[in-house]
Amino acid sequence: MNKAHVETGRREMTGAEMVVQALIDNGVEHIFGYPGGAVLPIYDELFQQEQVQHILVRHEQGAGHAAEGYARSTGKAGVMLVTSGPGATNAVTPLQDALMDSIPLVCITGQVPTSLIGSDAFQECDTVGITRPCTKHNWLVKDVNELAGILHEAFQVATTGRPGPVVVDIPKDIQFSRGMYTPPQTAPRSSYRPKLEGDLEQIRAAVELMASAKRPIIYSGGGVINSGPEASHLLRELVELTGFPITSTLMGLGAYPASGPRWLGMLGMHGTYEANMAMHDCDVMVCIGARFDDRITGRLNAFSPHSRKIHIDIDPSSINKNVRTEVPIIGDVGRVLEDMVRLWRAGARADKAALRPWWEQIERWRARDSLAYKPNDDIIMPQYAIQRLYALTKDRDTYITTEVGQHQMWAAQHYGFEKPNRWMTSGGLGTMGYGLPAALGVQIAHPDALVIDIAGDASVQMTIQEMSCAVQYEAPIKIFILNNQYMGMVRQWQQLLHGNRLSHSYTEAMPDFVKLAEAYGGHGIRCEKPGDLDDAIQEMIDVRKPVIFDCRVANLANCFPMIPSGKAHNEMLLPDEATDEAVANAIDARGRMLV
Amino acid sequence: MNAQLQPTGSAYFIERETAKPEAHTLSVLVDNEPGVLARVIGLFSGRGYNIDSLTVSETEHEKHLSRITIVTRGTPHVLEQIKHQLERIVPVHRVVDLTVVARERGQDRPLERELALVKVAGTGDNRVEALRLADAFRASVIDANTEHFIFEITGRVSKIEQFIAIMKPLGLIEVCRTGVAALNRGADGM
Repeated sequence: MNKAHVETGRREMTGAEMVVQALIDNGVEHIFGYPGGAVLPIYDELFQQEQVQHILVRHEQGAGHAAEGYARSTGKAGVMLVTSGPGATNAVTPLQDALMDSIPLVCITGQVPTSLIGSDAFQECDTVGITRPCTKHNWLVKDVNELAGILHEAFQVATTGRPGPVVVDIPKDIQFSRGMYTPPQTAPRSSYRPKLEGDLEQIRAAVELMASAKRPIIYSGGGVINSGPEASHLLRELVELTGFPITSTLMGLGAYPASGPRWLGMLGMHGTYEANMAMHDCDVMVCIGARFDDRITGRLNAFSPHSRKIHIDIDPSSINKNVRTEVPIIGDVGRVLEDMVRLWRAGARADKAALRPWWEQIERWRARDSLAYKPNDDIIMPQYAIQRLYALTKDRDTYITTEVGQHQMWAAQHYGFEKPNRWMTSGGLGTMGYGLPAALGVQIAHPDALVIDIAGDASVQMTIQEMSCAVQYEAPIKIFILNNQYMGMVRQWQQLLHGNRLSHSYTEAMPDFVKLAEAYGGHGIRCEKPGDLDDAIQEMIDVRKPVIFDCRVANLANCFPMIPSGKAHNEMLLPDEATDEAVANAIDARGRMLV
Repeated sequence: MNAQLQPTGSAYFIERETAKPEAHTLSVLVDNEPGVLARVIGLFSGRGYNIDSLTVSETEHEKHLSRITIVTRGTPHVLEQIKHQLERIVPVHRVVDLTVVARERGQDRPLERELALVKVAGTGDNRVEALRLADAFRASVIDANTEHFIFEITGRVSKIEQFIAIMKPLGLIEVCRTGVAALNRGADGM
């Protein structure tokens, strides 16, 4: 059977055939999935074709995060295929993760036959009910003749506007029955029309406000990455034209290069001193594709009290949600930046005389060296490990993913991102276990690239089974574990908030990660001394196999600088001030209530 | 910011709104497809918004459009968020805050009507009194025997609540209400 040459026009086929045809017609090359009873017809079709490659994961959560990594590193939709019941419920975590980080993810789930829906059948669950709040939209297909249209719409909804996850739930009888396949159509449904062009008058007002600024700052986010490489290019152009300082959220790293002259580093709870102080003291803030998340703003009623704010976002509900803006611009970041750059070029001039003292002030803040740490000759400091990893990988075609915790923040602080789509991390949901499968997804999309999951010893064990998948597909991902035996961020908070009573944050029985790597058929490396680190990292890079790198780091290092809970941007706890006493008293009674 | 940090009870930077919450009536035009009402209701429960009243029915059969009327309560900031969050739902065509529109036109509020069925049982003076009051409220009798009436009453929410309160001592058995249906005055649609 040669489906590769099937024309894409209308023709009769089974529901299962339609799924594969719709994947092909929507440009899908790889899907991540796990078979089961309710998707067997689709798997049978996958078996009989070669255009779509299926990656068999070891757990449905892994499929979702792999698809997320795939999506974020390519700009295309990530696709996952899982069975009914537990397959669908295991997909919930990545779906919510993709929703919060605006990742285009198409999840196809099998469902029990239509006639059994509602009967508590084997492996039945109310998939559309369960996934309704964690998707941008979802569908239960009840008529095979609607299947093709729904699948095309699913791709359209997932990838346009503010991207997000979608679920198409397909009962098994629909997969077997025959109906009419229709090719993708361009016209979206009339109720779904994302606004892409920004209002020109508003953009003009923004440019005027920016030109009048004495202490401006650009605060960019993941929306710039989502808008595509051109948006990052325009952002760089805008920064260069205006001479404004720029900071970014965790999700936005790489849109402006870390080596750029205007770069202040990441902002927020573990952002740099200069970025947060500049946010606090600025008079004009240009927020581009970010959403004033609580990790960014710190205490809201003390957030950037003297500034007028411009907010560019494709999602109208992001405007004025947490922080009031004077100049809201609803539209795609790339389109708006294009207009903004054009209008700026047409005559706006930054107030250079005002910018000079502002930059001098910023340099004084920068001189505080808020990312400093005490080097150690005997023990590997986690920050040092990231810095060496960066030094040895920066000239390669490198992609970084992370898990969630201290290692994630250290990676964001000490790894320099020069390009968009190179940094995959779980920002909004904070999903431990994201990084390993995400790295797998990235590696599938970029087989020749160097893909590193900067991991923690606790997080990585949540999805460690995907090592098996990496070995199967010869995806040479590198799992670089900053192993401190603790759930480091939990331990840090217990030190800050709970009298250093380390309740269940220490892992007493840690696996031997080197043997574990070997057991999976990968390569294991352990490194305990700073002096051995470079050679060990080089070995990791050179091995063309999945690697688990057990990097033993200082057990009790804390991640600084930090805005303690309930504090403002200008009340940061800096590493050189973080004595035991300062740490113990950093958070007052009010802040203890906060996370 | 007219907000202050809440001292207890929350895990995040929750702020107490000092602005006064007010009731608004929203009209939501949606594709009439399975699950659309669940999406709307789920949004309200998931994000902690209030629903005082909700009505839904297909209004344009050939276009498969339904109209959902929601009376909700919140500060102006929350009401704005509710509108934008509703607009994010894929099958939602339009969301209009009828209360805001009415105010822009110099009116107190949109036209709002509710229908209630009210069952009252009793004999003797109570029965006569119930019928007399129903007449005064322009409620009509749609079912009756020697021991009960079922009244149908239409009007503003306040009128219906008043009627129910009056019927209570006269043998009120049960009430069923439709929730508010609302339109803005004037020639133009939503």
